Amino acid sequence: MKALKFLLKKEFLQILRNRFLLAIIVLIPVFELAVLPWAATFEQKNISLCIVDGDHSSYSRRLIEKILSSGYFKLTSHEPDYDHALRRIETGHANLILIIPPAFEKDYVNRQPLKMMLVIDAVDGQKAGLGMSYLSQIILAYNTQIEVEAGNRTGAFINIKPHYRYNDAMRYQNYMVPGILVILVTMMGGMLSALNIVREKEIGTIEQMNVTPVSKSMFILGKLIPFWLLGLINLTIGIFIGWLIYGLFPVGNILNIYLFAFFYLLAFTGFGLMISNFAQTQQQAMLVLIFFLIIFILLSGLFTPISSMPEWAQRVTIFNPVRYFVEIVRLVYMKGSGIHDILPQLYRIFGFIVVFNFLAIVSYRKTQG
Amino acid sequence: MKVIEVHNLTKTFGSFTAVDHVSFEVAEGEIFGFLGANGAGKTTVIRMLCGLLAPTSGKGSVVGYDVSKKAEDVKKNIGYMSQKFSLYEDLSPVENMELFGGIYGMNRKQINKKTEEIIKDLGLTKERRSLVGSLPLGIRQKVAFAVSTFHSPKVVFLDEPTAGVDPMSRRIFWEMIYRASDRGTTFFVTTHYMDEAEYCNRISIMVDGSIKVLDTPERLKNNFGAGTMDEVFQILAGKSKNQVQ
Repeated sequence: MKALKFLLKKEFLQILRNRFLLAIIVLIPVFELAVLPWAATFEQKNISLCIVDGDHSSYSRRLIEKILSSGYFKLTSHEPDYDHALRRIETGHANLILIIPPAFEKDYVNRQPLKMMLVIDAVDGQKAGLGMSYLSQIILAYNTQIEVEAGNRTGAFINIKPHYRYNDAMRYQNYMVPGILVILVTMMGGMLSALNIVREKEIGTIEQMNVTPVSKSMFILGKLIPFWLLGLINLTIGIFIGWLIYGLFPVGNILNIYLFAFFYLLAFTGFGLMISNFAQTQQQAMLVLIFFLIIFILLSGLFTPISSMPEWAQRVTIFNPVRYFVEIVRLVYMKGSGIHDILPQLYRIFGFIVVFNFLAIVSYRKTQG
Repeated sequence: MKVIEVHNLTKTFGSFTAVDHVSFEVAEGEIFGFLGANGAGKTTVIRMLCGLLAPTSGKGSVVGYDVSKKAEDVKKNIGYMSQKFSLYEDLSPVENMELFGGIYGMNRKQINKKTEEIIKDLGLTKERRSLVGSLPLGIRQKVAFAVSTFHSPKVVFLDEPTAGVDPMSRRIFWEMIYRASDRGTTFFVTTHYMDEAEYCNRISIMVDGSIKVLDTPERLKNNFGAGTMDEVFQILAGKSKNQVQ
C-alpha cells in the first residue's frame, strides 16, 4: 500500500508536466458542448420542396402558401409536370415533390375524393420521414381550416395539443447536452487510460517497473486513480459549460450524477487499462478503443431510442455501460430523478467495475512467456 | 556463497533457440562479465534472471529464489539497468530515485538519506532537479545506475550500461561499480567493450546461445595465447554460425 503513494505522485507529476494533455482536458469539453448540441439536433429544417401545381387555383395557392410559411420547407422550384420534378430529385436539388392534381379546387368544393401525390427522396431516411409527417400535418390543418371557414364542422373534430413533460419547449439542446456529457466523460476516461500503459510499453519504462516487486493491483490502482479523477474534473467542466451556454443545470440533485459518475468512471477507466494491457502499440490501443466506443455510443440510446432497436440489439445494450450513464444523466438532468431511481443502473455498473478491473489486473503481465 | 546459480537454462522463441542449455554460477560480491556479440543471447539470459521472461526449460536461481517460481521474491533483491534507457524522462533524477525507492519499500527518511548520498557520490548535484529527458546520455546512464542500486539490492544486473558513453564517463562508471562491489554487492554486467571486460573478476563469452568459455580474464588470455581480451573475443566470435563474414 505504501508503494501506491509513490506511484500516484509520479503519475500526477507526469500529467501536470504534459501541457498537451492539460489542454485537451479543458478544450475538448468546451468544444464539444459549445458546438455539438446545436449541430446534433433531430429537428429538420430546410427540406427542399418542388411543387407541381396542376390546378393554379386560389385553393392550391393557399395550400402552397401554408406549407411554405411553416418554416420547415424551402421551395426550390415550380415544375410543369412530374417528369421535370423528378429530375430535380435526381440531381439532388429537391427532397420532396408535391403534386397537386388538376381540378383540385373543383373537386374540393364538390366534395369529391381527392388525391395528392407526394414523392420523397428516401436516401436520407430521417429527413424523408420527417418531411412526410410535417407535410401531412400541414395538409390536415389546411383541410380543417377550410372546413371551419365553410361552416362545415362535420365529422369528428379532434385537436391534439401535446404537452411535453420534462422538456416543455422540446429544445433538443436540453436533450443533447446531457448525452454529450456522457460521451465526453466516456471518451476521455477511456482514451487517456487506454493510451497510458501501452505508452510505457512503447517507451520502455514499463520494464523498469516490471523488474520491481510492485504488485499488479497496486500498479493498476496507481493508474486508475489519476484517470478516474481526471474524468470527474472533465465532468465538472462539462456541467459548468452546459450551465454557462445553455442555462442547463440538473433538475435533480447534482450529487446523484457525481455518485453515478464516480462508479461509472471506475468501470470505464478499468476498461481502458485492460485494452492498454492487450495492445502492443498506442495505435493498436486507439483502434480497439474506437471500435468499442462506436458500438457503445450507437447502442447507448443517445441518438436512437433503445426501445426502437431490434430485439437482439436491445439485449446487447444490457452489456453496454454507456447506456446506463446516458439514462441516468438524462433522468437527473431533465426529470429530477432521485437516488432510488438510479439504483438499478448503479448495481449494473458495480458488475462492470468488478469485471473490467479484474481483467485489467490479470492482463497486466510482469513476466513474459 | 553462490548468489546466482544457473543450470541448463534454455529459452526458445518458436523454432529459434536464443539461449541453449546455459550453466554457470556467480559468487557473492563478484563482478561477473557476461560477453557476447549482438544476438548471442545475453539480454535474454538477463531478462530470465530478473523475472521478466519465463525460461522454456532449465533452472535459474537468484539469491536462493527460483526465477520461474519465485520471480517476485527475486525482484525484491535485485537491481536492474536495462539496455534501453527506461527511466521516466519527464521526472527529475531525484524524483525517479524517490519513485523506485518507494516501490522497493523504503520510507521517506531512508529515501532522503540515500538520495543525498548517491547524488554526492555520482556528482549529480547540478542535475538533480532537471528533467531526465534533458540530460546528456552519460549523465542519464549515471542516473539509471543510481536507480538500479538505490535500494541496496544484493545483486545488480547491468545490461550494456556503458553503450554509447564516452571513455571518461565509462571510467567513472566502473569506479562506481567497484565501490559498490567493495560493499558486497554482486554485479552481473554485459558489455561490448573488451577493455571493460578486463575489469571483471570472471567473464563468460556467449556465442550462438551457449557459453563457450568461462574464467578469469588472465587465464582466458593465457589459454588462447592472446595479448588482450579483444583477441580472445575475436577468436571465439569468429566461430559463430551467425557471423557475417
